[in-house]
Amino acid sequence: MSLRLFVSRDAGAIAVGADEVALALEQAAARRGVAIEIVRTGSRGMYWLEPLVEVATPQGRIAFGPITEADVPSLLDALSNNTPHLLRLGATDEIPWLKRQTRLTFARCGVIDPRSLDDYRAHGGYKGLERALSLGTDATLDEIIASGLRGRGGAGFPTGIKWKTVAQAKADRKFIVCNADEGDSGTFADRMIMEGDPFLVIEGMTIAGLTVGATKGYIYIRSEYPHAVEAMNAAIVAARRGGYLGSKIGGSTYRFDLEVRVGAGAYVCGEETSLLESLEGRRGIVRAKPPLPAHHGLFGKPTVINNVLSFAAVPFILAEGAKTYADYGMGRSRGTMPIQLAGNLRYGGLFETAFGVTLGELVDDIGGGTITGRPVRAVQVGGPLGAYFPRALFDTPFDYEAFAARDGLIGHGGIVVFDDSVDMRRQARFAMEFCAIESCGKCTPCRIGSTRGVETIEKIINGERVHENLALVEDLCSTMKFGSLCALGGFTPYPVLSALKHFREDFVPVPITLQAAE
Amino acid sequence: MTASYEPWDETRGAEIIAEHANQEGATLVILHALQQAFGYVPEAAIPMVAKALNLSRAEVHGVFTFYHDFRHKPAGRHVLKLCRAEACQAAGGDALAARAEAKLGVSLGSTTPDDRVTLEPIYCLGLCATAPSAMLDGRLIGRLDQKRLDALIVEAQR
Repeated sequence: MSLRLFVSRDAGAIAVGADEVALALEQAAARRGVAIEIVRTGSRGMYWLEPLVEVATPQGRIAFGPITEADVPSLLDALSNNTPHLLRLGATDEIPWLKRQTRLTFARCGVIDPRSLDDYRAHGGYKGLERALSLGTDATLDEIIASGLRGRGGAGFPTGIKWKTVAQAKADRKFIVCNADEGDSGTFADRMIMEGDPFLVIEGMTIAGLTVGATKGYIYIRSEYPHAVEAMNAAIVAARRGGYLGSKIGGSTYRFDLEVRVGAGAYVCGEETSLLESLEGRRGIVRAKPPLPAHHGLFGKPTVINNVLSFAAVPFILAEGAKTYADYGMGRSRGTMPIQLAGNLRYGGLFETAFGVTLGELVDDIGGGTITGRPVRAVQVGGPLGAYFPRALFDTPFDYEAFAARDGLIGHGGIVVFDDSVDMRRQARFAMEFCAIESCGKCTPCRIGSTRGVETIEKIINGERVHENLALVEDLCSTMKFGSLCALGGFTPYPVLSALKHFREDFVPVPITLQAAE
Repeated sequence: MTASYEPWDETRGAEIIAEHANQEGATLVILHALQQAFGYVPEAAIPMVAKALNLSRAEVHGVFTFYHDFRHKPAGRHVLKLCRAEACQAAGGDALAARAEAKLGVSLGSTTPDDRVTLEPIYCLGLCATAPSAMLDGRLIGRLDQKRLDALIVEAQR
């Protein structure tokens, strides 16, 4: 009997040696005359265990990790003779970090072969589309609205309302656009799902197309993600061949097709109107809203533009029903959020869970604290435009409104942890610097404000008229927040102001307290 | 592995442009294809793209200069990109970037005088749970430390 092994082909696993491990396994098995089959899956999202090797057994998959090339001979010994191994983690599904999660969107990621349409279907794929086809467009739209799904890109706008606007718009052509320009540091969920379960994104976009009456969709993927581009392109070809893209989708009368477009290294293109400009072949300059993309989007036509994770949530909602999805979560944040734990963290990775988990649980408990072993000092939530949270705010539940109430945002769900060696002045300066590098230049508060911000924070770092310059930065942040056209200039103040507010001691020289002479 | 590029050739350039010119919003697609073939976007190609897409030279030049990816001259033989975004900063990326600059004798965003190595910043490779990250000629490297960085630099200088 041949051994069936699973090794991730996720970029994060490849970056730490998954390809080398897969090759070493093949070569060593060939030398020994052991028959093996290696399935290259997506990642389970437990990156501290990558490269993770799983083996199929009658009792389910057993995991080993992190495996290096040097571990391959001993691993094959253990597998062939069924003997213990130091890196044996037990049944994958029983690993507490995975078991604690509620994987609705990422249920298949790391399990199936992302190149195989058959594998996708065998694991419940395209059930959502089937149900959407049997429900019809109106009822499908009602399901999306009832699920309470909000845009997972960061803005949190109700997806169903967006779709309804496009569905009601009259036009000769409409478009579906998937925003896969995942530029926020600390986020990688879009990349993981595109690499690990690309048909899910295709299915979600297809359902959107049928529901609003669009026949063409684009997936705009950042150029920093070559593996995701490759995975999506391969899946599109397979879906076409399988009758899930093109004409007569899934045996229906509907027509829908997809095309991947690659970005060119501009962070601002993650902003939806800038992305549309870029797709049209222009500079990624932000458009003023209104008109909304739902009315006047790609090539001037009504367009649904959603984040990868929003589309990826759709098949589950259709397959299992809106209520099942909406039963998870808290307040107006329904369903689950694929949270990404990153930076200086012992157990970094993808943790999908219902809204409501607290920041402290995520960082200390699930994330296991810092990898350096030093105390956690600051946590940036929501990417480069997200606020820095101190330990004092670790009771904040992961929820759009709760974070907003504390002058922060959950954004795309990225959490970057810093230990006590962090200098918050540098982080504040970097936020302004990043905005200056990436500003599209259309509006003055962002274009000029960010550069003035870098200069002023620089003065504070150099100890020049600290209090006056701090007041100036605060004033500048207010101008940027309320005067910028889009979130780049508008949200850059979040990391800056939160650093100033919660970590004031880094900016202001400690006053020397004179002891009264005895 | 060094990427091998064709020398600029007008006929070949025109072929590449014609291949993609019929797509809607083709400017970026064409610029990517040109750069993939020649390693950069030669200045002579800009008016050709403009003509094919019925745009002005200024419009195409504007697109070309807006995006960080497009090069106006070839990069060094090897391109080493170091992630400079927050997750990598939190994991010690600043010190590694400074070390790379010192070892190569150039600052981020420039090429060594012998044209062997171009050192560039990149803002997030999406490998934030195995930070710090780097990319050498398209190959991804996670959990970068001093030892791994030094090995990459030696490899790039070969």
